[in-house]
Amino acid sequence: MEVKIKSMKYEDFKDNEYLENLVAELNAAGTNVVVGCFDDLINWGRSNSLWPLTFATSCCGIEFMALGAARYDMARFGFEVARASPRQADFIMVAGTIVHRMAPVLKRLYDQLAEPKYVVATGGCAISGGPFRNSYHVLKGVGEILPVDVYIPGCPPRPEAMFYGLMQLQRKVKVEKFFGGVNRKQKRQEFFEGK
Amino acid sequence: MYDFSIITSWIDSFLRQYLPEWGALLIEFVLIGVALLLLYALIALFLIYFERKVCAFFQCRLGPNRVGPYGVIQSVADMFKMLIKELIRLNHVDQFLFNLAPYLVITASMLAFGCLPFGRGLQVLDFNIGIFFLIAASSIGILGILLAGWSSNNKFTLVGAIRSGAQMISYELSIGLSIITIVTLAGTMSISGIVEAQQNGWFIFTGHIPAIVAFLIYLVAGTAETNRGPFDLPEAESELTAGYHTEYSGMHFGFFYLAEYLNLFIVSGVATTLFLGGWMPLHIPGWEAFNNVMDYIPSIIWFFGKCVVIMWVIIWFKWTFPRLRIDQLLKLEWKYLLPLSLVNLAVMSILVVLGWHF
Amino acid sequence: MATIQEKISALVPEATFSESGQLYVTVPDAQWHKLAKALHDDKESPYDYLIAIVGADWGETLGCVYYLESTSTAQRLAVIVQTADREKPMLHSVCDLWQSANLYEREVYDFYGIVFINHPDMRRLFLRKDWVGYPLRKDYNADPALNPIRLENEESYDTSYSVVEKEDGTLEEQRPVIFTPEQYVVNIGPQHPATHGVLRLRTSLDGEIVTKIDPYCGYIHRGIEKLCESLTYPQTLHFTDRLDYLSAMQNRHALCLCIEDALQIEVPERVKYIRTIMDELMRISSHLLFWATFCMDLGGTTAFFYGFRDREMILDILEETTGARMSFNYNTIGGVMADLHPDFQRKVKEFCRYMPGSLKEYHELFTGNVIAQQRMKGVGVVSREKAISHALTGPSGRASGWACDVRKRMPYGVYDKVEFNEVLRTEGDVFARYMVRLDEILESIKIIEQLIDNIPEGDYALKMKPIIKLPEGRYFRQVEASRGAFGVYIESRGEKYPYRLKFNTPGLMLVGSLDELTRGGKIADLIAIGGSLDYVVPDIDR
Repeated sequence: MEVKIKSMKYEDFKDNEYLENLVAELNAAGTNVVVGCFDDLINWGRSNSLWPLTFATSCCGIEFMALGAARYDMARFGFEVARASPRQADFIMVAGTIVHRMAPVLKRLYDQLAEPKYVVATGGCAISGGPFRNSYHVLKGVGEILPVDVYIPGCPPRPEAMFYGLMQLQRKVKVEKFFGGVNRKQKRQEFFEGK
Repeated sequence: MYDFSIITSWIDSFLRQYLPEWGALLIEFVLIGVALLLLYALIALFLIYFERKVCAFFQCRLGPNRVGPYGVIQSVADMFKMLIKELIRLNHVDQFLFNLAPYLVITASMLAFGCLPFGRGLQVLDFNIGIFFLIAASSIGILGILLAGWSSNNKFTLVGAIRSGAQMISYELSIGLSIITIVTLAGTMSISGIVEAQQNGWFIFTGHIPAIVAFLIYLVAGTAETNRGPFDLPEAESELTAGYHTEYSGMHFGFFYLAEYLNLFIVSGVATTLFLGGWMPLHIPGWEAFNNVMDYIPSIIWFFGKCVVIMWVIIWFKWTFPRLRIDQLLKLEWKYLLPLSLVNLAVMSILVVLGWHF
Repeated sequence: MATIQEKISALVPEATFSESGQLYVTVPDAQWHKLAKALHDDKESPYDYLIAIVGADWGETLGCVYYLESTSTAQRLAVIVQTADREKPMLHSVCDLWQSANLYEREVYDFYGIVFINHPDMRRLFLRKDWVGYPLRKDYNADPALNPIRLENEESYDTSYSVVEKEDGTLEEQRPVIFTPEQYVVNIGPQHPATHGVLRLRTSLDGEIVTKIDPYCGYIHRGIEKLCESLTYPQTLHFTDRLDYLSAMQNRHALCLCIEDALQIEVPERVKYIRTIMDELMRISSHLLFWATFCMDLGGTTAFFYGFRDREMILDILEETTGARMSFNYNTIGGVMADLHPDFQRKVKEFCRYMPGSLKEYHELFTGNVIAQQRMKGVGVVSREKAISHALTGPSGRASGWACDVRKRMPYGVYDKVEFNEVLRTEGDVFARYMVRLDEILESIKIIEQLIDNIPEGDYALKMKPIIKLPEGRYFRQVEASRGAFGVYIESRGEKYPYRLKFNTPGLMLVGSLDELTRGGKIADLIAIGGSLDYVVPDIDR
C-alpha cells in the first residue's frame, strides 16, 4: 500500500520500500473495517497536526526558526503551533548537539511529552555527535537516550531537508494503528533495556 | 425580515402536541444544548483557522494550506489529534482541582456564549437582567484559571495564574463600566431589549462621544479579558513557557485553547450587541430604499459579519503590539481606563437625563 | 612600554619580562594580587579591562595568562601566573578588581581545577558537580566509564564553595549560601523560549520581582578547546563556525588572522576585501536575527517574521558564494575557500539599496511603539564603568558609552581604509542596546558600499602547505564579532597541533552581568534584558 501525503508525490520519496514493508507487516493480520477506518481518521488528524516543541540547542535551532519564518513557513503543513510546554507538543525536534549535562534534561522533556510522541534528530550532532563526536562531553547521537523516529542529516540541514524529514514523519504517523495495536517495531520498554 | 422564532415556536407546539410539558421541555433542553455545543465547536474551529490565516497574511506567510482546500479543515485535524492525545496524570498535583479547572473555564464561556443573540429570535438565554448574567457567568472563568495555576504545583503556572487573576479582576471593572454606560443609554438590561433599542441606529452612532469612548474602552478591556496580546501576560510564552496551562495536556489543554478563542468570539459578540446593533441591519433614517435592501440580508449574517470585523481588529492588535509588563498593565487599567470610564459613565448619564442623544 | 616595565619591577622585583607580539610579564602568585591592584588603580593608564583569563597546563605546573587592557591608553599587557604544584593548585583571585574575572576564574577552575583564593563562588561552571577530573589538563582520563552519560537529574547547588585567606595568611574553607530555602526559586531554562538556547537561570522571585539570578552554563558545552588540541590547525577552523553561529565569518576570521600572524604571512589584498565584506554581511544578518528574536521576546511576534524575511536575502547572497546557509567554512588560512560568485556584487548592491527602507519599516513597526518604548527605556541600565568591569564588549558595551570596537581600536582586514562611525550611546539601557544594533546595520551597509566596487583583482587564496607548524610562542588576536570582541589565544610548541587553543568569546561576559542588570526588575524585564544582551549559548559554552 502506498502511504501518500498531499504535500509531495509518492515517487519523490526515497525510501518507499521501508514504509511499504512496515505497512505490509502491520496489515498482515488484517483488521476490522470499522476499526481500520477510525485508524485512518485518527492518523489523518495526527499526521496533519504535529506540533513541535520549541527546543533548540545550537545552529540547527536557527534553521528550525527559519523553517517557521516567512520564506519556509511550516504552518502550511500543520506544524503550526510551536508549543513551549512539552505537555502540549507532539514531537521534539532535537536541533543541535546534546551534551552530557543536557542529556537528563532532554530525557525529562521527552518523558513530559504526552503520547503519541515522536523524536526527530536534526543535524549531524543529534545523529552521531557530528564534528564533536570525540569530545569528552558530547553524546554520540541522541539515539543513545531516546528512540528516534526520523533522522535529518546536515550541518545544519537546509530547511528543505527538514521539510523532507518532517514529511517522512507524517508518513510514518499515517501508518500507525491506534486501535489495532502499536506500530513501533520495538516497544519502548525493550528499547531502554537494550534489546 | 425573517424571524427565527417561527421555527422554534413551531417545534415547541409540535412537541407539546404529543408530549406532556416536562417531556417537551426536556427534549427542547437537549436539542438546544446539542445545538449550542455544535455551534460552539464550529465557531472555535473556524476561529482557529481564521486567526492562523489572518496572522499568516500579516506576517508575509501563507498559513495552513495543505489540509483541505486552502487548509480549511486544518483545525479539524487539530481537533482529532487533541481528542486522542494522552491526558497525563501528574503525581504531585491536586487531582480534583487540576481536573476541574478546564471544565470551569469551558463552562463559563459556554454560559456566556448562550446569552448571545445570534439573530432575530435566535437566542437561548434572554431575561430582564441578561447582560448582568453574562458578566457574572463569564467571570467564573477566572476561577478556572486560578485553580489551574494553583493546582498544577508548578511555579510558572502559579505566576501565570496570579497575573491572570490580577489582570482579569482589574479589567472586569472597565468592562462592567462600559457596559453600564450602554445600559444607561438603552434603559434596559435585557439583551434582546438592548438590540431592539438599536432598531433605528446603532448605539455607537446614537450615543454621541460617550458611546464611542465606551466602545474603545470595551475593546481594550475585552482584549485583556480574553488574555490575548498585547495583554497575554498569563500565558506569556517567552516569559512563562505556557503560563497557567503549562501542565495541561491533551483535551484539557484543548479546553483552554477552545475557551480562549471562544472568549474572543464572546467579547466581540457582546461588543456587537451593545455597540453595533447586534443582529440589527444597518438603518439610516430617511433612506427607506436602502433600509429595505439591508433588511433582506438575514439577521444572522449581520451578527456574524460584525463579529468577524471586531475579531479581526482584536487579532490585528495581537499580531502588532508587543506585550505589556505587569505593572504597566495594571497602571493602564487603574490610572487611565477606570477613571476614564467613570467620567464617561457620568457624561452618558447627563446625556440621557437631558435627552441629548439621538 | 618601558615605563610599565619599570613600574612592575619596582613593585615586584621577581617579575620577568618577555616580548611576543606584546609584553608578557611572569609574576609569582604571592605578588600577583598586589600587582593586579596596582595595575588596576594605576594613575596614568589604569588597566581596567580584563580581556581574558586563559588557563593552561604547562606540564610541571598549571597557570593562567591574564590579558589586560587600559581603555584610556589602549595599552595591553599580559601577565602569566603559575601555581606551585599540580596536586593542590591555587592562585589568588582578582574578581574583586574586575567583575569579569568571576566567570573566567570559575571556567579555569572547571577546566583545570585551579582553586582561586578569595573567590566567593568556586563552583564548576560548565560541567556537572559529579564530573570526575578536569578535562583540559593534559593528563585527563577520558575513559567513558568514569563519566558515563548520567540520566538522573542533576542536583542544584544551594550553597557554594569558597577558600578565603585570613589576615594571618591561613586558608579557610567556607560555604557561602546562594539561595536560602525561603526564597521562591524558579528555573528559567534550560529549555525555555526566552533563553535563546539552553542557558539555565535559577531565578529567585519576590512576586514578579527578580531578586537574584544564578546562571548555569554548560548545557551545550562541547569541549571544543580540548578537541582542538588534537587537531591540526586547518582542522580546527571549522569549530569557529559552530561557536557563535551568528558570527561564523568573524570568528573564523579571528582564528585565521591569529594563525597568519604567527606564520607572518600577508594575505592578498583581495582576500582582505572579501573577508571584510563577508564580516559585515554576517553582522547585518546577526543583528537582523537579534531584532527578530528580541521583538518576539517582547511579544511582538510579527516582527520576528519580518526580520527573518530580510535575513534570508543575506543568506541567499552568502549561499551563492560559500554554498551554505549557516556553517560557511569560508575563510581558510591564507585566503578564502572559493572566489566570489559572479552575481555577488550585483546582489550585495541590491541588498544595500533595499535594507535602509526595511529598517525604516522596523522603526515604524516596533521602535516607535509606545508599549515597546515603555518596555525598553530605563530598563537594565549599565554604566560605562560597569560595562568595562564586566567586559561587556560589542554593541552592549557601546550602548553604555564604551568605545570598544576592535575594528576601530586595532583595525584588521581593510577597516582602516573605510570610513564608518562607531555607534555610541550613553544611556546603557535596553533601548540603547537595541538602537545601537539597528544603527550598526546602517554602518555596516556603509562599509560594504565603500568596498563592493573596489575589490581588487588577484588571488583569493595563498598556496599553503597541507601541514602547518606554528613557531613556538603565544598568540592572541581579537576581531569584532557580532556580539563583541572575539579573541583567539594560541599557544604553540612548534608542532602541527596547538598546545592550547582558547576562544575568548563575548557571550560568557554577557551572562556574567545578567544578575546585576536584572536585580530589582520584573520577570518581563529579565526577558527584555536577556534579549537585548543578545547572547548565543554555544558561544558561551563552547
